[in-house]
This record gives sequence, structure tokens and C-alpha cells, in this order.
Amino acid sequence: MARKINLRIWRGDATDGGLQDVQVEANEGEVVLDVIHRVQATQMGDLAVRWNCKAGKCGSCSMEINGKPRLACMTQVAAYGDETITVTPLRAFPVIKDLVADVSFNYKKAMEIPAFEPPKELVPGEARMQQIDVERSQEFRKCIECFLCQDVCHVVRDHEENKKSFAGPRFFIRIAELDMHPLDTLKNRKRTAQEEHGLGMCNITKCCTEVCPEHIKITDNAIIPMKERVADIKYDPVRWLGSKIRKREGIV
Amino acid sequence: MTTDKSTLERHKYDVLVIGAGGAGLRAAVEARESGLRVAIICKSLFGKAHTVMAEGGAAASMGNANSNDNWQVHFRDTMRGGKFLNHFRMAELHAKESPDRIWELEMWGALFDRTKEGKISQRNFGGHEYPRLAHVGDRTGLELIRTMQQKIVALQQADKREHGEYESHIKVFAELTITEILKEDGKIAGAYGYWRESGSEVLFEAPAVIIATGGVGKTFKITSNSWEGTGDGHALALKAGANLVDMEFLQFHPTGMVWPPSVRGILVTESVRGEGGILTNSNGERFMFKYIPDVFKDKYADNEAEADRWYEDQDNNRRPPELLPRDEVARAINSEVKAGRGSEHGGVFLDVSKRLSAEIIKKRLPSMWHQFYELAGVDITKEPMEVGPTCHYVMGGVEVEPDTAAAVGVPGLYAAGEVAGGMHGSNRLGGNSLSDLLVFGRRAGMGAAAYVKQTTAVPVAEATVASAAARIEAPFARSGGENSYSLHAELQEVTHNLVGIIRTGDELKDAIAKIADIRKRSANVAVSGGRKFNPGFHLAFDLDNMLLVAESTAKSAIGREESRGGHTRDDFPGMDMGWRQHNHISSFDGIQVTVRKQALPFMPKELFSLFDVEELKKYMTPDEVAKGGSN
Repeated sequence: MARKINLRIWRGDATDGGLQDVQVEANEGEVVLDVIHRVQATQMGDLAVRWNCKAGKCGSCSMEINGKPRLACMTQVAAYGDETITVTPLRAFPVIKDLVADVSFNYKKAMEIPAFEPPKELVPGEARMQQIDVERSQEFRKCIECFLCQDVCHVVRDHEENKKSFAGPRFFIRIAELDMHPLDTLKNRKRTAQEEHGLGMCNITKCCTEVCPEHIKITDNAIIPMKERVADIKYDPVRWLGSKIRKREGIV
Repeated sequence: MTTDKSTLERHKYDVLVIGAGGAGLRAAVEARESGLRVAIICKSLFGKAHTVMAEGGAAASMGNANSNDNWQVHFRDTMRGGKFLNHFRMAELHAKESPDRIWELEMWGALFDRTKEGKISQRNFGGHEYPRLAHVGDRTGLELIRTMQQKIVALQQADKREHGEYESHIKVFAELTITEILKEDGKIAGAYGYWRESGSEVLFEAPAVIIATGGVGKTFKITSNSWEGTGDGHALALKAGANLVDMEFLQFHPTGMVWPPSVRGILVTESVRGEGGILTNSNGERFMFKYIPDVFKDKYADNEAEADRWYEDQDNNRRPPELLPRDEVARAINSEVKAGRGSEHGGVFLDVSKRLSAEIIKKRLPSMWHQFYELAGVDITKEPMEVGPTCHYVMGGVEVEPDTAAAVGVPGLYAAGEVAGGMHGSNRLGGNSLSDLLVFGRRAGMGAAAYVKQTTAVPVAEATVASAAARIEAPFARSGGENSYSLHAELQEVTHNLVGIIRTGDELKDAIAKIADIRKRSANVAVSGGRKFNPGFHLAFDLDNMLLVAESTAKSAIGREESRGGHTRDDFPGMDMGWRQHNHISSFDGIQVTVRKQALPFMPKELFSLFDVEELKKYMTPDEVAKGGSN
């Protein structure tokens, strides 16, 4: 049941590039990554594309398909009918070559999020947590770091200048995950999210939630609850006074 | 572009870890915590290694779900699963240390699913007597790799506080391929490779190298492995003078997806069967009852009623045969399909919808639900899945000293995880891989650290650098040579047809000749385009590794004239007690792989006595049983 489809591929690097049209065979049930691989094996041996698991579990083959951030391994060719499929690299990050973008921004941001801190007296094997209490963080730990949420977020998508002070949705759920982790003891996670990682710059358009291949409710379950708590603390006069009087860390 | 000596990128570390999956990251943490400077080499982006695809869980006898469990039971299960070809000491260390390694992950932030008492929940899996797999839904591998990735970031943050820089003492080199392990004066001196992104070359000087590169699945056509499973570490180790042990043993996971063709081979977790999924053929027959081998008859139910009762009462019923070790289930599925009782697309049916509610399926097997719904248009809460065997894991690997993970014969070289051999014998139990990589990743880190502290680093000679550089340049200098993609496809066809799940001497002979021919042609691979992120160029090096691995597998397989675990010979269908006493050792002389027999170390009395003698009689010669242990 093979048929020919039209694929338009962005080829080039940081200095120059453009869209190239190719015709390629597509079989029943194939995903966009399959046809890209076919082009690579038969027509463009040096076509650059990242991929690993081809099962939606590793988050490597992130790219833009007809302008939408998607995983190429989870996007059915058939969904586009007879339409030409255009594949381009993630727009929010610098291109390296063809469909491969430089996503090192994300690994730098990851280093800036303070790590998990278990209670000092906790003995390995002695932790007791209820399923219901771990589930909130587990939702965020489903993240496969495809960085589609980072790519789609309009705070940085067309505003390179915001990157310095904005960690992005992937790292807001990382902070939320730690904040809701039953064993984490580090204080002030929400406040640093606001003050150091740019939580306040998010204006809740939910684009990140829409593109998440793991269906994590990034906005509703991580960003909004943190924003609300930050607002409570910041604008609650009693808490404000308390923090001034006691000069104590850890109210947030 | 030839690399100029004066501009070559050079790094010096105490320990170089090749591979950033579970074993590599665990090794790196250990080496760093012992005070050393560590480089981690990662062929893809950080956190994408094949470990993320491990679904079911990590086996550890914590006894949270059944308090009868302990390391001795786990040890017995592991040896049985491997048909007693395992290195006893590795199986012992693994069974004893797995619980501590899991609890340690919890201290690093891992969030496993919980029991009602709030302990780590444990699930059933094939070959494990008790529920033993610590898990997070069906994405346990992701949890492991992310936890260790974040632990490494935590170490980097500590280094920043102490030394002013995140990457001063532990650095991840992502998207970098190692093409050669370098030795001087007979010991490890470093490694050479190139950045995948730019194609530019890098020299690492380090007195210790830990190989943690995972498996070889991409040598085969139908595999659950990602593109990275090209046997790099196996080949690098062979070329560096190390041995590979028992490369004939490959695990074909019984349940890979079979339809549509695009997803063929993608893993369907054993948890589906652990949670109560049953296997049926096109006649609707639950066929596994017909395939319980004699050695397992007293442990597995021979009728549906008992098998079904087991899910509620494990103390008074035998286990369902769907939970036999993987080699047994894979062979059974293969037989059903060959007998014409397969599904439309050449698999069998796996159904969990009749035992569990839609809600529970989506909760316990979320990524399976997702995977089938999005890629195959199948709703597993309502209908059965079509499944068939897929090349999943290589039991064979680098021959190591069990306690230190040191590669035999090469001072300074270590190997851990799937790339190491011995631990799983002829067949690995599900769940033992994630615990293996934690236990032996840590041991490799410790072993390498102890070695580095008592050795003197030798600088890499410029002539060694020049020859490593010349090899990288070679495919660009050729024009009109072979295409690496086509050669890879040819190799996969040969291994699939001739070195697959069922083998014969004649086919293996044919395979060895064909692999040699492809290898000869691969010396003439030409690459189009430049050095910058060029997958054709990358594949040329991966292909070389896969060919060496395939040669080792085919040559080991033709020698072993018996069927055991992940090695089934149609012409030698029985298990042979004599062969149980031998490992196959592959070595490489620069031209070809040679395979020889070597005596398998026998377990001491204290381990021997953990078994019922009647059971051992099924595997061992009367002399061995009478001796009762090596000491």
C-alpha cells in the first residue's frame, strides 16, 4: 500500500539554508520519522535528524511539522492526507544542521534548578510515602525532555532576550515536582521560581500543555498553583510582616 | 579536513565513562564521589540513552510485597533463568546489593509507586518467584535515568559551590562518538572520538575507561533497541584486547509490536503479563500451557483455573505459564506462528482487557495504552494486542572480574551494564537489567577509582593519535564506495534470517561467510557530504562495530552445539550438561574474531546449598552434583 508523498525538508545550517522538496514512498501506518529515514537512506545520506527510541519515550526527534512542534516518531503520515508535509528544526533554538537544533539552553537551565534535598536524618529504605502523595510529582516526572514546551513558549520563541531570565515550562514543572515531592526539604522553591527563573513572565496561554506528548498538565497543575501560592505570600500583609520580623527563610 | 595536531581538542580526566545510560551514570556518580574527575561520553543527548525505554521495573528482593523474599530467592531465580550459565559471583552480588541500590535512588529523588504501607511497590515478572520489581507505572527506566541525570547535576552544583564551576569535576560530553580506546605500554591511556555535531576530533587522556555502552540490537532487523544499540562497547573492548563472553546468547523479548510495519519490534512490556495479560493463538487457545519445560513443571500452573487463582493467592497456586522466563515464551510464540496459528500479521494475541478494568490498565500501563492507541490504532482496554518476538538484549558481553567490573586482560578497562557479560548466563530475567546496571555500574566506578589511585597515568603517544585520526578521515577520502545504509540493511537481513531466534549449523556457516563479505565491503564505505552532523558518516563507524559483534555472535553460536536460553539450535534441540560447564570466549586479532571454550567458574558450597539437589540434577552432571560446590 505504498504511495508517494511530498515532503519539504529544511536543509542548511546556522549560516544558510532553505526548504527542499522531495518525493518519498510512505507505507501504511508510517510516521514522519520513517519517511525522513527513507529519504536519508536513499536520497540524502547526510540529512541530519535526531532520534533514539522511535516510540515516544525519549523525546529526541522533536521538530516542527507543518509549523507545529511535534515528535516525528509519534506523528502519523496519514494524518496529513495528500497535503505536503513540511519539516523544520525547532524554531526557538539555534539550528545546527538540517532538522537538528542546539538545545543546550535546556541543559544549562537544568543546572540552575537547586537539586532535591532529602531529610538529613532519613535512612535509605525507611522512607514511607502514600501513593496519593507521590502522584502529583510523578505526573511531572513523566517528562521526556523533548523540549517541545520550551520551543512553543512565546516568552522565548520570538524573544531571544528573554532566555536569560526565563527557565521555561519544562523547568517550572521540575520546580513544581520538587516542591510537591514528599521528601524534599529545600525551602523557597516557589519564590525562586518567581524571582530567579521567570515564573512571572508566563501569562498562561497553555501552549506548552497543548504540545506536551506526555499530556502533562503543565499550566493547570504546575504553573498556576505555583503562581497562586507566590501571589498569596507576596501580597498577604500578615505573612509579609512575619517575614520581615522573623527574618526567617522558608515561609514559601 | 584532517585534524591538525596543534589544534586537536584534548582533555585529561581520571576516569572516562563511555555511555550515559543507567550503568554509565551510576559508575560516574561513584567515581566522582570517590574524589576523582570524571568525563561522561554520551552518543546522543544527555538523558536519552536506551535505559529510558526500560518499562517494567528493577528487580530487588526488598520483600515489600511478599516478606518471604530475600537475596537467596532472587539469586536462585536468576541462576535458573540463566540456565545455570551465569557467573555465580555476579548473580550473588547482584541479588545481595540490588535493594540498597534502589533505596539509594530514593535518596536521590526517585519516586517509585507505593504499597499501602507507603513502601516501594513491587510487581510480578517472569521467572521471579515473588513480586519483586520496583516500578513507576510502565516507565521505570525513565525514572532511573532521570534520577541519575539529576544526581549528576546535584554533584555539579556541589562542585560549583566548592570549585566555582559546574563542570570542573564531572562533565557530560553529549553527542560524541568514541572510535577507539587507546592503550600505551599495555594499559589504558585514553580514548579518541569525534563530536557528532561538528565532526571535529577529540582526544581524552585517562588512566581508566569504563565501558557502559549497552547492547547490540541494531545488528538485527527486528529489535526493541534504539539506533544507539550498535555494540560500540563490545567492539571497542575487543579491539582494545579484552574478551567477550558467550556472545551467542541474545534475548528475543517475546512481546514486541508486530503491526503496522513501522512499529515492528517496539517493546510491549512484560508487565502486561505481570498484570494478568494472557497469550492466545488464532484459535483462541491459551497456548502457553503446552510449552512448560520439564525443569519448570513444578513451578508453573498446567491449567487455566490454577493460573487464574494465582493472581489472588500466590502461596497455594503455581504461576501462570505466561510468566515463564522470556526465552521460553519467545520460543513458544515462534512455534505457534510457524504452525500456522499466528495472527494476521505473524504474531499472537496478548490480552489484558479481560482481566483489568480500563481505568486500571490506563493507570498501570499508561505508556502501553498510549503506544498502541497512537501508533497502531488499538485500544488495549478493549481489544488484544498483536505481539511477536523482538531482539531485545544481549546476555553476552565483556568478560569482567565480578567484584570490580575490570575487563579481564586490559589494565584500566572496566565494563558494566548490558555491555558486560556473565551476570545473566544464557537468559536474563526481566527486571534484572535495571538492577544489574545499578549494582555493577557502582562497582565499576569503585573498581576504576581504586585502580586510578594506585596507577600512574601514561600519556597518549602522538603516533597513536595520528592513527586514530587517520581512521576517522578515511571514509571521506573514498569516492563511489559502498553506502553504509545499504550495508547495514544487508547485515540486518543476514542476522535476522540466519542468526535469529532459531538457528542451525548450516545457516550459521552461511551467516559467517556473508558477514565476512559485508565486512570486506565495509572497508570501502564512502561518505557523502561534510563532517557536520552527518548520519551517513556516523553510521560508517557504527557499522564497523556491528559487523564485529555479528561475527562474534555467529561464531559463538556455531560452536555451541546445544540449545539453552537465548541460543536455540534446531539441529541440537536439547540442553547439554557438558556445555553448561563452558563459556565461549571471543577475542580479536585485528583481522578476525576467534572463539574458544573456557571453563565456567563453579559456585562454592554456600551458594550450591541454596538449591534443592533434585533441581540441580536437571542441569548438572552427577559428578558436579556429588561434589556439591567448588570449595
